[in-house]
Amino acid sequence: MNRPDRGELRRQRGVSLWVFLPLVAFVALAVLLASGLGRNPEELPSNLVGKPLPAFQLPSLLGERTITPASLRDQNWKLLNVWATWCPTCYVEHPYLLQLAARGIPIIGLNYKDETDAARDYLANLGNPYSEVVVDHDGQLGLDLGVYGAPETFLLNPEGRVVLRHAGDLNERVWEEKFQPILDQARTGGEQ
Amino acid sequence: MAAEIGHLSLWVALAASLVLAIFPLIGVHRGVLAWQRYARPLAWLQWMAMTAAIVALGYSFYINDFSITYVANHSNSELPLGYRLSAIWGGHEGSLLLWGWMLAGWTALVGLLSRSVPLPMVVRVLSVMGMIAVGFLAFMLFTSNPFDRALPWFVIDGADLNPLLQDPGLIVHPPMLYMGYVGFAVAFGFAVAGLLEGNLDPAWARWARPWTTVAWCFLTVGIALGSWWAYYELGWGGWWFWDPVENASLMPWLAGTALIHSLAVSEKRNLFRAWTVLLAIITFSLSLLGTFLVRSGVLTSVHAFANDPSRGAFILAFLVVVAGGALTLFALRAGRLSGQGGFKAMSRESFLLGNNLVLLAATFVVLMGTLFPLLGEAMDIKVSIRSPYFNAFFVPLTLLLILLMVPGMMSNWKRQAGKPLVRRLLWLAPAALIGGWLGARLPGATPWPGTLALILALFLVFAHLDDVVRRALAYNQGLFAGLRKLTRSYIGMVVAHCGLAVLVAGVTVVSFHETERDVRMRPGDVAEVGGYRFEFESLSDPVGPNYQSQKGHFLVSRDGRPVTEMNPEKRTYRASGQVMTEAAIDGRLMRDLYVALGEPLGDDAWAVRIYHKPMVRWIWLGALVMALGGALALSDRRYRKPMGGVAGEQA
Repeated sequence: MNRPDRGELRRQRGVSLWVFLPLVAFVALAVLLASGLGRNPEELPSNLVGKPLPAFQLPSLLGERTITPASLRDQNWKLLNVWATWCPTCYVEHPYLLQLAARGIPIIGLNYKDETDAARDYLANLGNPYSEVVVDHDGQLGLDLGVYGAPETFLLNPEGRVVLRHAGDLNERVWEEKFQPILDQARTGGEQ
Repeated sequence: MAAEIGHLSLWVALAASLVLAIFPLIGVHRGVLAWQRYARPLAWLQWMAMTAAIVALGYSFYINDFSITYVANHSNSELPLGYRLSAIWGGHEGSLLLWGWMLAGWTALVGLLSRSVPLPMVVRVLSVMGMIAVGFLAFMLFTSNPFDRALPWFVIDGADLNPLLQDPGLIVHPPMLYMGYVGFAVAFGFAVAGLLEGNLDPAWARWARPWTTVAWCFLTVGIALGSWWAYYELGWGGWWFWDPVENASLMPWLAGTALIHSLAVSEKRNLFRAWTVLLAIITFSLSLLGTFLVRSGVLTSVHAFANDPSRGAFILAFLVVVAGGALTLFALRAGRLSGQGGFKAMSRESFLLGNNLVLLAATFVVLMGTLFPLLGEAMDIKVSIRSPYFNAFFVPLTLLLILLMVPGMMSNWKRQAGKPLVRRLLWLAPAALIGGWLGARLPGATPWPGTLALILALFLVFAHLDDVVRRALAYNQGLFAGLRKLTRSYIGMVVAHCGLAVLVAGVTVVSFHETERDVRMRPGDVAEVGGYRFEFESLSDPVGPNYQSQKGHFLVSRDGRPVTEMNPEKRTYRASGQVMTEAAIDGRLMRDLYVALGEPLGDDAWAVRIYHKPMVRWIWLGALVMALGGALALSDRRYRKPMGGVAGEQA
C-alpha cells in the first residue's frame, strides 16, 4: 500500500520538475542574451585598450620576413585588420579596405587561421590593401588579441598602442562613426 | 500623404490587435458569446489595416517619396521598379512591416478556415496571435516606423538599395522565409490556446497540423532560396556558411521538423502531447530569437544589413514575454497532459521520439554554435566557431537521423516485431554495394563519411520505394490501383523523405568532389577545370540602368565540343560606388560551372575564379522536393473533412 503511493508521488514530482525545465533553460538563455546586449560585442574588452600589441614573432605572407610588433612601428596611425579566406564577411569588406588603402591609410593584415596559398590567391585576385600581412596560422596572436571571428579591425596609434577595436565588417558608416572621429581628434590635438 | 495613411493604418492595426488580444479572450472565460464573435471581424480589420500600410509603403517607393527616411535609405530614382518594390522589405523597418502584415494575414486566414473548429478554441488562437501582433506593432511604431519623415532636410535622391539585394532571388526570399517564421505563430497560438483550455486531444493536433506543415514548407523554400542566393550572388560559390543569420532560420526549421513529426504522433496516437506543445512553443520562440539575433546587433553577420543594438532590448523583452509567458503556462499546465495508452520500446512512436531527439540535438548544436561568441565573452573565453564545429556534429546527426527514419517509417504504431523489420532492412546491402561503387567511381577520393552518406541516401530512397510498393500491393488490387489508394499524407511523407536523400547526396558529392581554380587570364587565354575548357574570349563594358559593368565572355567546351558561353560581370553601382561580382553560372542537373571575375590585374588580365561543382543543384532540388512532400501531405482529404465531435476521432 505504502510503496506504490511513494512511487506515484515520485512520478508526479518527476513530471512537475520536467515541465519547469524549459522555462529555466529559457531564462538562462535570456540572461545570456541580455548580457550580450549590454556588452555590445563590437567593443573591445577594455583590458587591451591603451596597451601595445602582444608580443609575437610571425612570418609575413608577402615575403620571406619575420614580423614583430617592433618591425611594424613607424609613427603612423594604422589599422590592423583580421581576415581570412574562409570568412564570408571579409569578401564583403574587402573593397572598402582597398578604398581606405587608396586614401593612404596604412593597413596591416592579420591572416587568421588560414591556408597560406589560399590567402595569397585571395590577395592576387581581389587586390591587396595591406602594406604587410602577418601570418597567424595557428591563431595564437588572434587568441592573444581576443579575436573571436573575422573580420575584426584594430586602430593602432603612432606608439603602436590599441585605441579601438571593431568586430564585424568595416564600411563607410562604421568608419565615419568610430574611426574618423578619433583620427580627427588626434590631428587637431597634434596641432595645438 | 501615402505615408500618413500608412502610419495611421499601423495605429488602427495596433488598436484592432489590442482589442483582439483582450476582449474575445475574456469573452471565452466569462462565456459571453457576443464578445467571442468579435474575434474574427477584428482579425479581418487588423489584416486590412496592415494591407493598407504595406500598400502605402509600396506606393511611396513607387513615386520615389524620398522625404520618407526609410524610402530614402533603401531606394534611388534610378533603381528599377521591381527592386523599388522589393525594397519594401530591403531594410529593418520594412521587413518588420512585412512580418506584421503576414502575421495579420495568417490570423485572418485562421479565422476564415476554421469553421469546423469549436468557437472558443478559434477565439483563443486568434487572441494569442493578436497578442503577438500587439508586440510587433508596438515595436514598429515606437522604435522602427517605416513611415518616419526626414522633414525638413530631406534628400533629393535616395541612397539606393544595397546592391547585394538587387536581385530577383531577394524579391522572393524574405517573403518566403517570413511566411515560414510567422506561420509558426499559428502553431504557437494553437499550443497556447490548448494549454489555456487544458484540452489537447487528437482533434487539437489535427487542427494545428496543416498550419504547421504549410509554415514548414514556406520556411524550407525560404532557406533553400537564401542558400541559392548566397551561392550565385555573393560570388564565392559556397552554399552554406553557418552564418548567424542562416543559423537563425535553420533553428526554427529543425525544431519545426520535429514538431511536424510529433504532431503526427499526437494526432494518431494521442501521445507526446506535452512534448508537442513544448515543441510548438520552442519553434516559434526560435523564430523570434532569429529576429532578435539578426536585428539586435548582438552578433555580426554578412547578411545582417541593418542591425541596431538599441532595438535588441525591445525584441528581447518581447521574446521574454512571449516565450517566457508560454513556458510558464506550460509549466503550470503540462503536468496534467500525460498521455494515455502506452507503446513498446520497438514501435513507430519510439523511432519518432528518437527522430525528435536527434532534431532537437541538432537545433541545440546550432544554437550553441551561434551563441558561443556571446557565451565565450560572458565566461571570458575567446573562441571562433566555424564550419568544422558544425560539421563535426551535423554530419553524424544527419546520418543518425536517416538511420532512424527508415525503421521508423516501416514500423507499426504501438509495437513492432523485430524480425520482419530486420528482414526489410536488408535493403542496406544492395544500397551499400551501389553507393560504395558510386563513391569509388567519382573523381577524387571519397572519405568514408562521404561514402556512408551516399549509401544511406540510397538506402533511404530504396526503403521508401519498397514501402510504397508493399503498401500498394497490400490492397490486393494490383500495383497501380493500389498506388492510387495511398493517402496524400503518406505520399507526402515518402516524397519529403526522398527529398532529404537528394539533399544529402548533393551535399556529399559537392563537398568532396568540387574543383576550384583561381587563375590569371587575359582575353585569348584558356583554363582547364573539372574536364572543361574555358576560353576567355573577350571583355566588354556594357552600361546597366544604375550601374556600369565589365563583362567577360567565356567559351566553354569539353572534348572539343562547345558546351556553353558564360558572361561573368563586375558591376559598379553609381549611387553607392559599391562593386559587385555577378558570377556566370551554367547549371545542369549533374554539375554547375561557375565563373566569376576577381580583380583586374592590369594589362587586360583578370583574376578569374572557375569552379566545377558536381550535383550542387541537388541541394536546392532536395529542399524543394521536401517542401513538395509537405504540400502533398497538406492536400490530404482528411484535413478538409469537417469534424463533428472531438471525441469521435480516434485513429
